[in-house]
Amino acid sequence: MNLAVRDIRYNRGRFILTSIGLGLLLGVVISMGGIYRGLFADALTILNITKADIWVVQQDTNGPFAENSRIPEDIKYRIKAVPGVVEASPLSFQTIQIERMDKPLRFFLIGFDLNGFGGPPVILAGRNIRQKHYEMVVAKGMKMAIGEKIRLGLNDYTVVGITGKVVSSSGDPAAYVSLADAQDIQFKKDNDAIRNDRERIGANLADIPTLSPAQTKFLKQNISDITESTHTVNTVVARLAPGANLHEVQERISRWNHFRPISVEEQTKILTKGMIEKARMQLGLFRIILLVISAVIISLIIYTSTLDKIKVIATLKLIGSQNRVIVGMILQQSLLMGVIAYGIGYLLIFLTYEKFPRRIVLEAFDLQALFAIVMAICVIASFVGIRKALKVEPAEALGG
Amino acid sequence: MDKSMYAIEVDKLTKIYGKGETAVTAIADATLQVKPGELVAILGPSGSGKTTLLTSIGLINEPTHGKVIIDGTTVADEGWLPGIDLKRLRREKLGFIFQHHNLIPFLSALENVMVALEINHLSGAEAKSRATELLAALNLGHRLNNYPTALSGGEAQRVAIARALANKPKVILADEPTAALDTENGKNVMSLLKSLAVENHSAILVVTHDHRMVEGFDRIFHVSDGRIAGEETNSDGN
Repeated sequence: MNLAVRDIRYNRGRFILTSIGLGLLLGVVISMGGIYRGLFADALTILNITKADIWVVQQDTNGPFAENSRIPEDIKYRIKAVPGVVEASPLSFQTIQIERMDKPLRFFLIGFDLNGFGGPPVILAGRNIRQKHYEMVVAKGMKMAIGEKIRLGLNDYTVVGITGKVVSSSGDPAAYVSLADAQDIQFKKDNDAIRNDRERIGANLADIPTLSPAQTKFLKQNISDITESTHTVNTVVARLAPGANLHEVQERISRWNHFRPISVEEQTKILTKGMIEKARMQLGLFRIILLVISAVIISLIIYTSTLDKIKVIATLKLIGSQNRVIVGMILQQSLLMGVIAYGIGYLLIFLTYEKFPRRIVLEAFDLQALFAIVMAICVIASFVGIRKALKVEPAEALGG
Repeated sequence: MDKSMYAIEVDKLTKIYGKGETAVTAIADATLQVKPGELVAILGPSGSGKTTLLTSIGLINEPTHGKVIIDGTTVADEGWLPGIDLKRLRREKLGFIFQHHNLIPFLSALENVMVALEINHLSGAEAKSRATELLAALNLGHRLNNYPTALSGGEAQRVAIARALANKPKVILADEPTAALDTENGKNVMSLLKSLAVENHSAILVVTHDHRMVEGFDRIFHVSDGRIAGEETNSDGN
């Protein structure tokens, strides 16, 4: 006969309520682990789906995910010519927040070369971008429909396709446009600004008496072309041929001035160690605190439950029960509570994690490790009750 | 008479609580023997030392001096004998009945009896069969699956008696078994104990302060101020 199960069966209302409470707490611990893994997954999403070997960014910067990085678009040709490089494609990144249906819509806009790589990894509905202008593919997380239009910069863009769960390192859903459109959205000035700039350049050149009118006109045109140019990108990504030496390619690009070639390993480190380190530590701390709280709660529950059973324990001892029967009863109750609470917590998160605003990644290893920790906590927590039970004298069964 | 003929032998048992100036002698120089099948009462007012005597015989309270022999096994001689397994002896040779039934609240009547059997290493099926048989014999066959809260005081005490009898002990120790019952139920319980002593050939030692409940006992020891002050023997030999 299993005394632990019999006691639980008799006091099932109290046991279930306690387990649910503890389960909710463990659910929070599970979700924190999921958020932690989600932070990693989000941070590395674009890095992973781009499948590039090298990210060429502005010199002395950590690249577009960490800070501003601006390099000329045409550097792609030079990179492509480096031995070992088979593909090079420019990419543009910017975070945009607009009003949509009276609500803020924040997303991460990726501009990619339609003839290169770095575009949507998969098309779930509709099609990929075919025209050079005014078409966009959005992540399903943006909850937009095909055919829907939004205004970005100076123009309207039509959603032509839906891609999967692509997010920025801060968890914002991604949208894709052509590189030319992304450059226009990021850098193109409106007509008034262009007119003002041209007037200012013209006036400054007119003040130079040594310039002839023809020279002034020529200079004005060239300066305006340069200042109005949008052919700037945030990074050029490159893929290497099989067997190509990454370090050699990096070293070669490093020798050029103004550029920094970042390997995937380095980019991963920048994204994970630098950008989400504090969030990771914060979540880790919360998890530890919650586990300590769970341990204290389990200890208290088991201890008070043992106090409630002092007479039962004394009676069992009096009729000759071995200590292992009593220890087993307390330990099994503690473990059962842990198992049930863990199950409730897991089920809760399993059924709801898709609805969380941020990505929750439930990894088998994390879940198994947490289960082992919960079981260890249950064993340790039951020591308080077991200690009390072992001190109970059989004589306590006598009298009123 | 050969000493091994006794189920309980107590020789000059003394129990002193505390030390030095605060020492209190709860029972002093108590000597008694109980034969198998004999129903014996220890009668005395509250604080007279009768429960201390019972708990010392029940292997719960270590005697300070004197000797205790249960079913021929010496368990205490100036304290517990080294290497003696008190739990095993309590499990195998003793049955306890308490003032309050002390049934385990989360076990049914049947399970309360079964637990004593399973602790004594009987299999679940054997324990169930024996417990069912015992409860039926005590007219509780219809209450097997009831929890203690659903039983009357008399029924609960009969379940406790069934639990005490489960392992066919040589000695049954009862501490004020009728204190929580009304007179009628109390008499019924005492009558049951008398018949069990005869049927099971168990020595039954009952501690009580109630003179009315010891009618028909084979012998009565009067305890007063920690000493056995007298002994009465029932002349009709019941």
